[in-house]
Amino acid sequence: MKKLLLPALLSVLLVACGGTGGPQQTGASVEDRTGAGVATVTAPGVTGTGIAALTDPASILSRRSVYFDFDSFVIRSEFTSLVEAHGRFLSQNPEMRMMIQGNTDERGSREYNLALGQKRAEALKQALMLMGARESQIESVSLGEEKPRCTERTEPCFAENRRSDMLYTGEF
Amino acid sequence: MTRMTASFRSLVFAVLVAGMSLAAHAQLSIEITGAGATRFPIAVPMFESEGALPRSVSDVVRDDLERSGLFSMVNLGMVALTEAAVPDLAGLRGRGADAVLTGSVVPLSDGRFDIRVRLFDTQKQTELGAMAMRVAPAHHRATGHRIADFVYEKLTGLPGYFSTRIAYVVKSGPRYELQIADADGENPQTALASREPIISPAWAPDGQRLAYVSFEAKKPVIYVHDLPSGQRRVVANFRGSNSAPAWAPDGQRLAVVLTRDGPSQLYVVNADGTGVRRITTSSGIDTEPAWSHDGKWIYFTSDRGGSAQIYRIAAEGGNPERVTFQGNYNVTPRPSPDGRSLVFVTRNEGRFQVAIMDLSSRQTTILTDSVRDESPSFAPNGRMILYASESGGRGVLAAVSSDGRVKQRLSIQAADVREPAWGPIPRH
Repeated sequence: MKKLLLPALLSVLLVACGGTGGPQQTGASVEDRTGAGVATVTAPGVTGTGIAALTDPASILSRRSVYFDFDSFVIRSEFTSLVEAHGRFLSQNPEMRMMIQGNTDERGSREYNLALGQKRAEALKQALMLMGARESQIESVSLGEEKPRCTERTEPCFAENRRSDMLYTGEF
Repeated sequence: MTRMTASFRSLVFAVLVAGMSLAAHAQLSIEITGAGATRFPIAVPMFESEGALPRSVSDVVRDDLERSGLFSMVNLGMVALTEAAVPDLAGLRGRGADAVLTGSVVPLSDGRFDIRVRLFDTQKQTELGAMAMRVAPAHHRATGHRIADFVYEKLTGLPGYFSTRIAYVVKSGPRYELQIADADGENPQTALASREPIISPAWAPDGQRLAYVSFEAKKPVIYVHDLPSGQRRVVANFRGSNSAPAWAPDGQRLAVVLTRDGPSQLYVVNADGTGVRRITTSSGIDTEPAWSHDGKWIYFTSDRGGSAQIYRIAAEGGNPERVTFQGNYNVTPRPSPDGRSLVFVTRNEGRFQVAIMDLSSRQTTILTDSVRDESPSFAPNGRMILYASESGGRGVLAAVSSDGRVKQRLSIQAADVREPAWGPIPRH
């Protein structure tokens, strides 16, 4: 607990040192910008652990991505068997939870793309529910254009990034 | 609700040293790429006894005024003019200066310095004003910015922005840093370092808190971060995505985008995460909220009409009205501080550019000319617009005046800079 208090204490000290005001001051004080004012915070990371049954390359369940056409939220027919397999797995394993992360290519506003990615995640969630998954098992979220799998500016690359990924309990 | 405020409120590990190491090499350098058509000629000679200061203050004043694109410096050579006497105004006018700033520096027994300046109009031969400060030598830059603000306001009638700060995100390799710097790029400091993306920083009106979206939990979550202490609080971590925070002018509430009820919709929430209230009800996308200066309206982007366009809705809810009609992609609305205009991003033959609309005439002007301009943010005086652009394959920040004439580029060597947000005028 003492360790946690240290940064707060440090910044209080820094702020105290930064003061320039005094009783005989003729003008207003000038704010110190040389070190006080901003404390640095490091965000904790999340480390996922995979589940063996879901990562076996021989199993269709190891495939986790559904790709979309430009400006589209429709799940293409080539992904029907994949969606069926994951929907059935969720239905047969009601204790399992899934996070769907929707993604977009990099063109356009970051926040608007976040909303577009959400639509792609939600489309996959609805499809899995048609296959028997329960609503409470799946959280659909969006990473927008922030986590591209491919970073070149080519159409194949953009297509690779228009995607929804399925993550199971322990992987997010 | 109680679960959110209690268990997600994060006590934070402040790693002061780790963050500083990158920041030290990551200063924004500013390059002026366009200036006003007519610049106001002003002389800012050295202050009397300025050599007593470890570092020059008048240098900072000159740099600030020149960088604004509105002033040109009349060089008087190695001469110092004290504020204690009226200078030869007719002679200065003869040398081309329409105004002159004089000053003096007097060391005090406590280690601080008494700095006094005076501004004269050489045409009308009158004094325009004076200011005096007692400052520690370490504050020479902040002092220079205060004096530049004073000169700018006296000569343009608008408040200066030289004492403001900007926030932006630097991506270098797998590392994301939310940084805060002075408006001239000096003093960069890292507020948050993460291995996951950080987007959409938004300054609270108090200039002490930032709201932003961090993906550190593998999904977008909105935080409010108190800069001096590093304490942060989760404001929205509902099921689904939480994004696009925008402070109300009262600093008490935020407009946010949540998907907890299905599609991306606008909600208003108190700054402590309580009191969530839905504002829009569409079946499509409503996002990127921004409050008007008077708090009456929330501008936002929506696809309800079939393409991405800008709308506005009364802050308490109601029927939205459409604001943009030209083109099929108009996003990221940002109303000006005086409420008269709106900047936004428009797509033009595959290029994304910053445009400004006069809200009374609905006249729209495109302000920028590169291909990937986004995330515009007004200076608090409405005169400049900071935005994210691209140069040489890297993310850079750029600034353009609201009349499109003054242009600057702010870049960091070997890193991507994006998501700028211009902070408010500090309360001294």
